[in-house]
Amino acid sequence: MAIIGAGILKGLGVTMRHFVETYIEDFKYMGFNVDSSAVRRQNPKNRGLATIEYPKEKMPLPENFRYVPFLVEDTSKEEEKCTSCGICAKVCPPQCIWIERTEDPVTKRPVPQPKQFFIDSTICMNCGFCAEFCPFDAIKMDVNYEISYYPAEDYKTAAADAVAASIQDNVLPVHGGGAVGRLIFDKTGLMKSDVYHATIHPSDWAREVAERKPAPAAKAAPVAVAAPAAGLSAPKPAGPKMAGGPKMAAPAAGVVVPAAPIVSSEAPAPAVVSPPAQVPVTRPSKPKIVGHV
Amino acid sequence: MAEEQFQNDIPVPDDLKNNIFITSLDKLYNWGRKRSMWPMLFGLACCAIEMIATAASRHDLARFGWELMRASPRQADLMIVSGTVTKKMIPQIVRLYNQMPEPRYCVAMGACATSGGPFKEGYNVVSGVDKYIPVDVYIPGCPPRPEALMHSFIKLQEKIEKQSIRTVRWYQKGDEVSIPVPMLGPDLVDMRKANEIKAQAATV
Amino acid sequence: MAAGAPAPAAPKPAVAAASPVSGAKPPAAPAAVAAPAKPAVAANTDAEMADITAKFEGLISKAPYEGVFINDPARLVEVATYVRDGLHFSMLSSITAVDYPKDGVIEVVYHATRVPSGGKPLCFKVRVPREDGKCSMPSLCGVYPGAEFQEREAYDLYGVRFEGNPDLRRILMWEGFAGWPMRKDWKEAYFEGETKPFETRWPAGKHELAEERVPWQDNVTFPKDFDPFSYTSKPDGNIYESMTGNRNSVQGFPDAPVVVDANGMNQPQADEFMDELKTDEIIVNMGPQHPSTHGVLRMVVKLDGETITDLKLALGYLHRNHEKIGERNTWLHNIPYTDRLDYICGLANEWGYVLGVERMMGITPTPRVEYLRILMAELTRIESHFWSIGFLLNDVGAFFTPALYFITERDFIIDLFESVAGSRLMCNYMRFGGVSRDFTEQQLQRAHELAFERLPRAIDELDHFLTENDILKARCIGVGYLPADRSVAYSLTGPCLRAAGVGYDVRKADPYGYYERFDWDVPVRYNADVYDRYLVRVQEMRESLKIVQQVLQRMSKDTKVGDIQAGKKAYNHRVPAGQTYARVETPKGELGFYLVSDGGQNPYRYHIRSSSFINLNSLKEMTVGYKVADSVVILGSLDIVLGEVDR
Repeated sequence: MAIIGAGILKGLGVTMRHFVETYIEDFKYMGFNVDSSAVRRQNPKNRGLATIEYPKEKMPLPENFRYVPFLVEDTSKEEEKCTSCGICAKVCPPQCIWIERTEDPVTKRPVPQPKQFFIDSTICMNCGFCAEFCPFDAIKMDVNYEISYYPAEDYKTAAADAVAASIQDNVLPVHGGGAVGRLIFDKTGLMKSDVYHATIHPSDWAREVAERKPAPAAKAAPVAVAAPAAGLSAPKPAGPKMAGGPKMAAPAAGVVVPAAPIVSSEAPAPAVVSPPAQVPVTRPSKPKIVGHV
Repeated sequence: MAEEQFQNDIPVPDDLKNNIFITSLDKLYNWGRKRSMWPMLFGLACCAIEMIATAASRHDLARFGWELMRASPRQADLMIVSGTVTKKMIPQIVRLYNQMPEPRYCVAMGACATSGGPFKEGYNVVSGVDKYIPVDVYIPGCPPRPEALMHSFIKLQEKIEKQSIRTVRWYQKGDEVSIPVPMLGPDLVDMRKANEIKAQAATV
Repeated sequence: MAAGAPAPAAPKPAVAAASPVSGAKPPAAPAAVAAPAKPAVAANTDAEMADITAKFEGLISKAPYEGVFINDPARLVEVATYVRDGLHFSMLSSITAVDYPKDGVIEVVYHATRVPSGGKPLCFKVRVPREDGKCSMPSLCGVYPGAEFQEREAYDLYGVRFEGNPDLRRILMWEGFAGWPMRKDWKEAYFEGETKPFETRWPAGKHELAEERVPWQDNVTFPKDFDPFSYTSKPDGNIYESMTGNRNSVQGFPDAPVVVDANGMNQPQADEFMDELKTDEIIVNMGPQHPSTHGVLRMVVKLDGETITDLKLALGYLHRNHEKIGERNTWLHNIPYTDRLDYICGLANEWGYVLGVERMMGITPTPRVEYLRILMAELTRIESHFWSIGFLLNDVGAFFTPALYFITERDFIIDLFESVAGSRLMCNYMRFGGVSRDFTEQQLQRAHELAFERLPRAIDELDHFLTENDILKARCIGVGYLPADRSVAYSLTGPCLRAAGVGYDVRKADPYGYYERFDWDVPVRYNADVYDRYLVRVQEMRESLKIVQQVLQRMSKDTKVGDIQAGKKAYNHRVPAGQTYARVETPKGELGFYLVSDGGQNPYRYHIRSSSFINLNSLKEMTVGYKVADSVVILGSLDIVLGEVDR
């Protein structure tokens, strides 16, 4: 018969060891911070804390990481690489891609260029099939996950108005639709330069360049970018879509940092998502459902 | 009250006279709320796993003052709708939301909570929790990384900062927004639309 | 503990011999026998099918592709009893229905398995007419008690009435829902087309919200002249009424089970104790929003004092229509959806699905692919067991400290998934005949570090931290007892079954992948309580680690780098007409995919036999007689994930 409580003491010993190791690990690196602590703490050899202080420091994202897709713009031609072949729309499991093909105005035959391209990121399941099966490397998965947002309209007045209206009409407000419209990206909103693509996907880009080698017209500029991208810092992105510039902390060693958030609530909407006039997707006006029967 | 306090110091334009005290109070009020948000321990689906990961050792939500996940809605300020909202579950979600004391906030985590996401077409799926309860911050992604959830918290803090004690809904006269609990009939019945449903069902 | 080695058994608890209601003999499960190291696995069931065809002359005819038809539904019970007792298929793996509107029938498909020896499951089918009123057949609950939930599911989704099912209510949807949603002619509110890809996406894709297409601008439909004001909603049917009155309603248990404590002593039985006290029975609802129900599960428990005398489950709060969506999807589309079934172990689910499709298409994956799949699946098992043990401890009351330690370790594994496959949870890694990406040198290095340094240390620490903990032992030993024969009868699979002494593991019983080429054992324990389920999980983590280490040591030698796709990579697969039941051992138990193809781009039937869901069948019998606080621990030891329970 074992001593009663021995198991508990053993367990408490483990908690104690964790507590002590937390400090040992941090003392070891005091003063000479070889790696950013986010990188160091995520090393399997680390026995101490695992905490990453998120907004200050970020986990280095692997190159394969995928979030919402974006369209790659060929900076040398200043147009999208997409040929509107429709494969991404077919392989999309939740069917969140809509592509409108351009027709030649004279011959009425399809032109290999999308007239419009929608991705409904409120439906997208980030599976990456679109990027995987695209034969033209025209659609890629973004790594920027910081795209949460709150509806643009002034919260307090909108809510107050809704309440006032509801009290008047003796019905309660029907909420909804705040996200939609803002999170549906059209062609302009989806487009990011291949410089950005080369920055976040260096080895994928290297493969693309290698495959294109036979064609002498390989783009000089992005190739030049590809080299430093694999190294330490992300280059300052160029191109009109990137006008916002990097808003995040300086990238740590080997850290791939997305250059600009797709949607940031402080940036004016047109920079990222095209203005509502160009987006034919507007919410049906909901109030008509309420009470006016 | 504010007027007496400020009368003798700096000249204040008439239209601002009532606001200065309130502004400083707003700051205090917002600071208190945004630094001690207590989320509800409320997981629905896959995103809940990432929510737990956010509250776990690596991301340590306590740094935001948000670590107390309360299992009771009565003690919570924030509902993180983490996962697919089904028609069978929405009455309970609405009820929980109604039970939360104001000021209360709601984060729609992930594509499913935002609009139904990949399961939108499903017959038992509500296309977005915002059809029933007001959502403050939306996070796309399926599922969003823990960092994305924390980013949404920062966004929510931003939003709280913009609020003013004078205009927030829950201090207005006659404010009693409790959302009618939907009914599980032949399909999900949104009781706010009951009249319209009745009228349309007669014509279908 | 290696399979076959005798277990250091605690006193064998005494239990009233259970016999199913029908009065038939209890299932012939070889209780407390570990799996042989190399079970002789039957490759097909031809001999058995010939046997029943001969035995039931004229009643049995051969079904297309797989299994046999039982031509007279009324004699189903007779045949099933013979399958169980005569042919020793003691566990009913899966029940599902398939709708054939052209023939005007609904086909109910059964798969029975031999336990623990395994082999190919025996498939038998019954056809009933689709029309309301005629669409009914006898229930198999008397023969296989594990049929209850699956029959209710088939009733809920297809409208097949199973006469004799003790609680034939809707299980995933609610009582009063209009229609049988999985029938082929039933259209959901947001119906857009029979199959994907939808025509509206390309080449003239104009984005349109689903809400805009439908009359109520919402994902709902109502019958004509529906009046919300006069409608009385009763979503749970008579769940409460059915629980009041009868004291011991456990099926097959005329008396309350004898409760045995850690020292093998009988605790006072619910009845003799409570009859003197004359307490009132109360019914308590737990969930769907409850911190200890692991998601949106709802338990309705009847309490006599603090002792549970009856328990019912209300499911479906996370029913997101995987199967309906899966039948609209193309074959490829379903892969990322399987990730979202059991979202703790997505990679294991993917394997089950691609395995089924590969069998139908006749693809053999390359060796590299098989190695990578085993590597990922076993890492998933370790990761999932870390999670489940952490949350079991939460349920016991050690709130969050153990879970935090294990989530830290789990994060390392998930980071590896993210760097290889691109996502922490929803990896979407496997393809038909391949995987999406190979490991780079750096990633292999990280996998080595994990498999040889970090994880062995972490598992040892877990063992040291918890196994001997007196409180854990006091809470877990002797709790949630369910003997081997009852476990098999309830179709319990996974670590819970192996903790009852039945060494049934699909990886050995119906081998897939390259598992046979590695040296590993199936851990078995014999006490069938919460503590043994915990110990089996710990041991399984060690065994998985053994596999992972062997894979990493041999992968570079045995396989070619970059050889990750058999055949040509495609997106528009056409699967030859046929059907298959493919199953894999996920950390939760046997996950099966019953797939029917009509030769097209989309599955005709896509059914998920989920272990979490079917394991819940036995929760009632495990729980009744224990205290209400134990119910939480017992549920934790079952390790369910609601995404897989409700699908």
